[in-house]
Amino acid sequence: MSRKQFGGPALLLDRSDINTDEIIPAKYLTEVTKEALRPYMLEDLKLEGFDPASAEAREARVVVSRENFGCGSSREHAPWVFEVNGVHTIIAESYARIFRQNMFNGGMLAIELSRQDIDRIFDLRRLGAVEVRVDVDAQRVVASAAGHELGFDFEVSPFDKALVKAGGWVEFADARY
Amino acid sequence: MGQTIAEKIFAAHLRDEPFPGTRVLDLDRVLCHEITTPVAIADLQWRGKDRVFDPDKIKAVIDHVTPAKDSKTAIQAKMLRDWARRHELKDFFDVGRNGVCHAIFPEKGFIRPGFTVIMGDSHTCTHGAFGAFAAGVGTTDLEVGILKGVCAFREPKTIRINLNGQLPEGVYAKDVILFVIGQLGVNGATDRVIEFHGPVIEAMSMESRMTLCNMAIEAGGTCGICPPDAVTVDYLWPFIAEEFTDRDAALADYSRWLPDADAEYDKVLDFDLSALQPHVTFDYKPDCVKPVKEMAGTRVDQVYIGSCTNGRIEDLRVAAGILKGRRIADSVRGIVSPATPQIFRQAMDEGIMDVFMDAGFCVTNPTCGACLGMSNGVLAEGEVCASTTNRNFNGRMGKGGMVHLMSPATAAATAVTGVITDARALLKETAA
Ligand code: SF4
Repeated sequence: MSRKQFGGPALLLDRSDINTDEIIPAKYLTEVTKEALRPYMLEDLKLEGFDPASAEAREARVVVSRENFGCGSSREHAPWVFEVNGVHTIIAESYARIFRQNMFNGGMLAIELSRQDIDRIFDLRRLGAVEVRVDVDAQRVVASAAGHELGFDFEVSPFDKALVKAGGWVEFADARY
Repeated sequence: MGQTIAEKIFAAHLRDEPFPGTRVLDLDRVLCHEITTPVAIADLQWRGKDRVFDPDKIKAVIDHVTPAKDSKTAIQAKMLRDWARRHELKDFFDVGRNGVCHAIFPEKGFIRPGFTVIMGDSHTCTHGAFGAFAAGVGTTDLEVGILKGVCAFREPKTIRINLNGQLPEGVYAKDVILFVIGQLGVNGATDRVIEFHGPVIEAMSMESRMTLCNMAIEAGGTCGICPPDAVTVDYLWPFIAEEFTDRDAALADYSRWLPDADAEYDKVLDFDLSALQPHVTFDYKPDCVKPVKEMAGTRVDQVYIGSCTNGRIEDLRVAAGILKGRRIADSVRGIVSPATPQIFRQAMDEGIMDVFMDAGFCVTNPTCGACLGMSNGVLAEGEVCASTTNRNFNGRMGKGGMVHLMSPATAAATAVTGVITDARALLKETAA
């Protein structure tokens, strides 16, 4: 399986505890293909000024957020709705366990940065639209706005990194067990 | 160094450690329902790997939307049904025999102390009530579980919670877990197992323990675990009588899963619950909890009694105890969903369904239904539901709806008055 593209325009969601019902409401769980989820990304997100139909949301390739991102249900429809919208990278202070593992299991990135680092990415927004580049091998994220760049190293467990390289857990597990 | 319950289970099931800190475990149970499994089935077919590791260890049920409400849910059910037949799963529960997953699987005796259990459902933590390690996973983990019978986890860290004292009358497991989540916060137990101990747990039935463990995920916990004891053995006895000479032998065997005295915990919390009040949630996060009396008088449009949290016979008995001889307020719609057919029948035999119907409740078939806002009681914009379920997220039971989580007792009392009400006031009236 080919490796996914990481990085691109960032959507900044300044709130903690964004849950899976907000990312993809339960009423769409009757879909049995990932593609069908595409129009509904973040449809029920409760965040002042956020519009799921805005260009910023539709063009995003990276989401930056706060603590406990993806809490709630185990639905992999949450990472999938990001995936089919081209968002293969989430950067947050922390994650709910199942969501984080679902991201890596699908060969995508759930990157954890400290609160201070996330604050600095949010501060960049004052300069203009934020872009993020990710180097998985070097475990480094570079966020930029209006020519101003900030670099951050991130930790990823060797297992999660192997999943991203393998293209996901099914491939990894089937080859090994 | 001593081990926690989860560490013992991990050690006994370790298949592989592909990288430091990653444990790949052999699974005793892979549980499936019709929302998260069909996508896994479709992906396995697409990969040319439509196989199952063991048709006896995989169990499946159609529970979330059942009987199907439209063509899409009919297709989901059909995909699960066809797959279960194709692979000759030993246990598959279809319409007429189906119930809410986390109620029906334990009821059939499928969960045992020391087991490893996964399901594509976040409330899989419920099964930890039996002294098992049970975790909700996504569809990809489920897919690998179905195909290979393994799942990867990080090394388990455990928070030990000692629940001391004795619960006052009219205060239940639901109040305990709402209180605990309020103390921990919605991510207070992320990547952690919660081990429950203490006299409050020891005095609880298996049903109450399931209510408690059910909501571990609402604090971010991977699993809630209760130590197996004589109550566990009594519940399981009909299913394990062949395996052991007597109950003491079963208890002795299951005791190997108890934590060592010198087990190392990430954190130890002690709560004395002798003066605990009934609790209820406000706002859209399960850690926004308050004593019922602080929310008393809040108007509701609908009361829902059911779900994997509180749709068991014990819950229906408690609610019926309050509803007996009363009618629900004209302004309220009452809905009760017994969690399994066996619970439904038992409730009928005990006259509990008469009580609900006389009070003005609508009785539905066993299903998740309104709990996740997909059928049988979806809220309209601006409506408020008093609910015995486990999640009050924005839009959970219908777009623009508000959900207050509470015990079956509080829900029943609230149905009678039409506003959030402490059931103990009504209980006193009954006694007088
Ligand atoms: S009853 Fe609700 S919480 Fe429980 S499994 Fe069904 S949808 Fe999930």
